[in-house]
Amino acid sequence: MAEHHAGEDGFVQPAHFAFDAESEAAIAPILAKYPPSRQASAVIPLLYVVQKQMQRTADSRWVPRAAMDTVAVRLGMPPIRVYEVATFYFMFNTKPVGKFHLQLCTTTPCWLRGSDDMVAACKSATGIAHFGETSADGLFTMTEVECVGACVNAPILQVNDDFYEDMDAKLTMDLIAALKRGEIPPRGSMIGRQTSAPVGGPTTLTTLDSPPAE
Amino acid sequence: MLSDKDRIFTNLYGQHDFGLNGARARGDWDGTAAILARGPEAIVEEMKASGLRGRGGAGFPTGMKWSFMPKQESERPHYLVVNADESEPGTCKDRDILRHDPHKLVEGCLIASFAMRAHACYIYIRGEFYNEAVNLQIAIDEAYEAGLIGDNACGSGWKFDLYLHRGAGAYICGEETALLESLEGKKGMPRLKPPFPAAVGLYGCPTTVNNVESIAVAPTILRRGAAWFSALGRPKNSGTKLFCISGHVNKPCNVEEELGIPLRELIDTYAGGVRGGWDNLLAVIPGGASVPLLPKATCDTILMDFDSLRDVKSGLGTAAVIVMDKSTDVIKAIARLSQFYKHESCGQCTPCREGTGWMMRVMNRMVQGRAEPEEIDTLEQVTRQVEGHTICALGDAAAWPIQGLIRHFRPVMLERIAHYKAGRSSPPMKIAAE
Repeated sequence: MAEHHAGEDGFVQPAHFAFDAESEAAIAPILAKYPPSRQASAVIPLLYVVQKQMQRTADSRWVPRAAMDTVAVRLGMPPIRVYEVATFYFMFNTKPVGKFHLQLCTTTPCWLRGSDDMVAACKSATGIAHFGETSADGLFTMTEVECVGACVNAPILQVNDDFYEDMDAKLTMDLIAALKRGEIPPRGSMIGRQTSAPVGGPTTLTTLDSPPAE
Repeated sequence: MLSDKDRIFTNLYGQHDFGLNGARARGDWDGTAAILARGPEAIVEEMKASGLRGRGGAGFPTGMKWSFMPKQESERPHYLVVNADESEPGTCKDRDILRHDPHKLVEGCLIASFAMRAHACYIYIRGEFYNEAVNLQIAIDEAYEAGLIGDNACGSGWKFDLYLHRGAGAYICGEETALLESLEGKKGMPRLKPPFPAAVGLYGCPTTVNNVESIAVAPTILRRGAAWFSALGRPKNSGTKLFCISGHVNKPCNVEEELGIPLRELIDTYAGGVRGGWDNLLAVIPGGASVPLLPKATCDTILMDFDSLRDVKSGLGTAAVIVMDKSTDVIKAIARLSQFYKHESCGQCTPCREGTGWMMRVMNRMVQGRAEPEEIDTLEQVTRQVEGHTICALGDAAAWPIQGLIRHFRPVMLERIAHYKAGRSSPPMKIAAE
């Protein structure tokens, strides 16, 4: 593979990739989940291991081409089969992203609850003009995502692995400001709801004879 | 109104310990060995008698599905695969099971696998549910540690292994054969059926794919009896169901209720009513993005179950209720769903690959009104050409919301077109492909 140089897309594909010790420790139990002759099943899990290592070592969760080749060798797959998977599944980033990957759900249930305001606030707070772009400071990448499956807490802003729920414009500004300060606010409802219970607290499961143990 | 003592998911909101101690206090893993001792046939018969219909959207009887698996073990191992790829817009019920009541699912996996003579089960969870996967893995590890699953599950002599597998952001993998392809390490492209998974599934072996909720309710049904479950709900629509109420309600929430509850009662009792009052209601999508919407007049009286909703040309789907009040641009609400299906089409079948993009582009023009009135019929005809002409149901799912819009809101679409024309001196484009 070519040496370090900015490709057509304006970013550098590392020439080499090797799993580090932490990744190797994660890989062994993954491979054990699948029959010996079916190790290709581990391709998605191993691509996650790659993204996690890239985040750990380069503050950017993405999958370089060289890492796809490494996964292919490890699983005994033709490289093209790994490229297919890495490009088919939306959660694998095939180019670098910011330290905080902002994934904004705008599908109808979030849109009905004001995702447009969340998107506008996010652009304003990060200085990002369009989805798919990274902020000048490299901290943030904004991606429009489809339904993330937390619709009764819409709208949702997913930051890396965590859902921030019940968002609005101000909460979005506050969240981005906190991330800039290096703080990671607790995930979940940003208006203090008990997960998916209605605002004000549960109206069911309140009369059980023996309350479940803590 | 369902009383708390008949609710299955007693930690729905995560107020209590999701781990093994909390689960046991809520009655999980109670007498599991005795349930297994009844034998596979008796378990399947009890599930059939309960009337449980699959909770993933299609509503196929769960017990009958289990009975399709071969009755004898052979050289090809049997598999249970649990579909936790919850991705239907509006739906977030399995999320609460996975993060707050994971032991109900783990116990259900053991019992269902035993009933289908499977020694291994994979749970395929959507990639975005990272934190939910963490909780579920803790529950799996606890179950191994306690000997509830593993080489001698619950002391039954049955060897049972349970594995968690994360997807990576593809709605199509919620389709059972696409899920199996994905689990085998390939792109999530649906397979032709037949052969059905019960004959040729994961790794070419007999496989049953069930939704999270279907599996997680099984232990409670077997403990309390088929008669208890089938007495709840309505005939042929038995039991309780998790509902997700989102959109323009005062208090969006998840709640467990009986199948057949009136939609209005569901919204008024649990979700704080429609924003601005019931008379401010415009329409409801009653079962997740892919089912046709219902106008307010239907919502006034409709019951929330499989058959009632089918009778009004919609569906219960995943019981994800998306509420739209009169401030909603209903054309845009549906156009956004068209964008969703365009994004999620796997591209394998031409009618879906080309059709979803075409429908999205025409829908986006309909939002503006930049169209001719006749094009509404053209759009309707194209949805009919996509529907039923693809390997999986994604093509149908892309077509139905648009059909529902045209069926109930054609006057709004015509008015939008007229308004657009009125604002322009020259006529818009001729009728074009898109």
